[in-house]
Amino acid sequence: MATYAPSIPQVNAHHVEREARGWTSWITTTDHKRIGIMYMVLTFVFFCLGGVEALLIRLQLGSPDNTLVTPEIYNQLFTMHGTTMVFLFVVPMMAGLANYFLPLMIGARDMAFPRLNALSFWLLLAGGIVFYSSIFWNPPEAGWTSVVPLASSTYSPSGGEDAWIYLVHLTGLSSILGAINFYVTIANMRARGMSWGRLPLFVWTILTYSVLLIFALPVIAAAVTMLLTDRHFGTHFFDSTEGGSAILWQHLFWFFGHPEVYIMVLPGFGIISEILPVFARKPIFGYKAIAASTVAIAFLGFLTWAHHMFTAPVPEAILVFVMLSSYFIAVPTGVKILNWIATLWRGTIEYRTPLLFCAGAIAIFLIGGLSGVFLATFPIDWQVNETYFVVAHMHFVLLGGAVLPIFAAIYYWFPKITGRMMSEGLGKLSFALIFVGILTTFLIQHVMGLDGMPRRVYEYANVGHLGLYNAISTVGSFILGAGVLVTIVNAARSLKFGVVAGPDPWKANTLEWFTTSPPPVNNFDTVPRVRSAEPMKDIRREVERRSGARASAGGATVPAGATQVGV
Amino acid sequence: MGHLLSIPLAFFTPRSGGSPNANEIDSLFKVTLYIALVIFVAVEGGLIYALVRFRARKGAVAAQIRGNTRLEVGWTVSAAVILTGLAVLTFAKLSSIQNPPNSSAEGLTLAQGAREYASATRKLPPNGKSLNIQVIGRQYIWQFVYPGASEPDGLGAPYSYENMEVPTDTTVTLDIVSSDVVHSWWIPELGGKFQAVPGYHNYTWFKISKPGIYRGQCAVLCGRGHARMIATVTAVPPAQFEEWLATQKKEIAEANAEAQKARAKLNQQTGAGQVENP
Repeated sequence: MATYAPSIPQVNAHHVEREARGWTSWITTTDHKRIGIMYMVLTFVFFCLGGVEALLIRLQLGSPDNTLVTPEIYNQLFTMHGTTMVFLFVVPMMAGLANYFLPLMIGARDMAFPRLNALSFWLLLAGGIVFYSSIFWNPPEAGWTSVVPLASSTYSPSGGEDAWIYLVHLTGLSSILGAINFYVTIANMRARGMSWGRLPLFVWTILTYSVLLIFALPVIAAAVTMLLTDRHFGTHFFDSTEGGSAILWQHLFWFFGHPEVYIMVLPGFGIISEILPVFARKPIFGYKAIAASTVAIAFLGFLTWAHHMFTAPVPEAILVFVMLSSYFIAVPTGVKILNWIATLWRGTIEYRTPLLFCAGAIAIFLIGGLSGVFLATFPIDWQVNETYFVVAHMHFVLLGGAVLPIFAAIYYWFPKITGRMMSEGLGKLSFALIFVGILTTFLIQHVMGLDGMPRRVYEYANVGHLGLYNAISTVGSFILGAGVLVTIVNAARSLKFGVVAGPDPWKANTLEWFTTSPPPVNNFDTVPRVRSAEPMKDIRREVERRSGARASAGGATVPAGATQVGV
Repeated sequence: MGHLLSIPLAFFTPRSGGSPNANEIDSLFKVTLYIALVIFVAVEGGLIYALVRFRARKGAVAAQIRGNTRLEVGWTVSAAVILTGLAVLTFAKLSSIQNPPNSSAEGLTLAQGAREYASATRKLPPNGKSLNIQVIGRQYIWQFVYPGASEPDGLGAPYSYENMEVPTDTTVTLDIVSSDVVHSWWIPELGGKFQAVPGYHNYTWFKISKPGIYRGQCAVLCGRGHARMIATVTAVPPAQFEEWLATQKKEIAEANAEAQKARAKLNQQTGAGQVENP
């Protein structure tokens, strides 16, 4: 060190490979950033498809005894909606965000296995194509949970159910390969000095997400294989008339299905934990508690699956055990929420769009968390499960835990991906519409469920105020849809007309902001040694200290020189 | 206080009033709701307060706090304590939700059922006497089979579809099965829902004191007709129930006799054994 005088940290992008151009470069790419962009664009397209399906569902339910769609199409709509949002939007969208930002956040050049990474994406696309091509023949109609015997060849003879099975296989394989890739990348390719205690919290959640996927997905893969052989090759795993068990399916499905919830929301928690400190200008409150609660939730998530089966014929000992384990999981989840509020506490909060989406996410997720306590109490579950109460619950959990954080991530990282800021005005409008839309659509659904309206019915009689409640919910869903549309317009407009962002528009804490926006193919020439959980803060401080001493050495290449760009 | 609160919150509680188990679930729900409301107001209030009070202002400097172990341990333990309390409460309520009481004196006079037994999942009243009705789910109609088989193997029992007729003041235990896909038995005012799974038995009970019609419908997706798989429970005084059951039995016997004649006639026309007797 005596002879080496480190220069001011700056982005030097001299010796980078020429960026490949044209559509073939996208098909053949193994660059984690391009793969990440393809993931995000593709999954957002599926999000829009799933959203249109949701709006059709709400239109049908907008008035009692409606005849807009047939029962057959209605069942297909909610099956497609649920499956799309889980398998083709939330889970792969998190993979897309992680693909783009995980290597950047840990100061790596790429993922550990770039070609495997490309395979993950193309498998996802294949799964989506197989599934959506079924709309030209017979889409599946047994719900996203494909409960047997309804999903067996006797009661669902159409090929749609098989399309669903292959979707689970293809996207599942895509996710497992991606998860292994993330795990290996995090374990081996962190920048010098980035110990486990300095890992960005988003990376902690992706690590946990990967472990959950690696444990949970083989189970659903086995289950759908058994369903496939039951349907076509004469086995009887789930056929009670031949010695099989219909309950076995529910166990296998929910052993995957419940961890899947955490696979969807934990990365969302990670996004919130990254964004809040940036806009509160404060370090995250209780880094260790947040990282530890992520791991605790993941572990407990494997012990609670049978709370989806409280009304099934299962022994009472299981009911009691699962109620208690489900209660336990509320503790680390509650800890996270309180830590986030404490992060805001005594900060100087800047009301930018990513922060608004995060604050909204916490507010919405809390409602889903609290209604979860009702559902975990099995006698109460007997009344509210399989009704609109549970529909409201899961939408509050997933919108608050995954979808709103994804929108926060879009606004937060769009400048890094494209080099341009998104419009704050449109962003705030979009947030307001989405937030109001969620509350209008889903709060009233609790009451619909308590009044006795089961889920997955294509029509209902106008008893009590059910007609009014459903009309309110339908209006809300269109407000929500309008909010999403505003963000799409915003993104499209900002690609061309957005204000140039510079490397570090938010004065953020993590290493992805150390490179240019968009980053060069090799991401970084050098990455300085990481000395804390907020390396960019250290770098900015160092730059300020030195540029104070040598004012001429500053200039346009210094990240901290690109101060916040107002829009 | 609880009584005052229950009025505006009535629309935010499950339906009840038909049977004691539904009422007990309702009261457990209310206690949980009060606890949840307090947490909801405190946490959302804290969030909104922080967002408003600590917004960026000129001259404001963010406090660089990285955590507070005592505080964090404090709220972790408090959350655990609240949930432990809720678990204790649920266990205290559990027996009144799960265990059926004896029928009232005014109820149907029940013989000690020979085929009735209690098990871990199937609860019977303390005196072992209940009116046991088998609930069979099938696409897309509910069938109810009442005691009173005329043959030793259980055949010839009176049954009805869609509407279950029951006597008031009598403990009715249900044995829920399915003949095809998974269904779920649910009459909101008479307690929780229970899946009908092929190959399994599921059990619940209710005891109605007020005559009337209680409505519900299948609660697990069972196919295209799921929304129309409705069920009603009609509670009538015991004497009227016995009358109804006798009529039902007679009508079924008459219809069976008619059918047997029709089958015999068909066999005569098409050749013996072409149409089988069930």
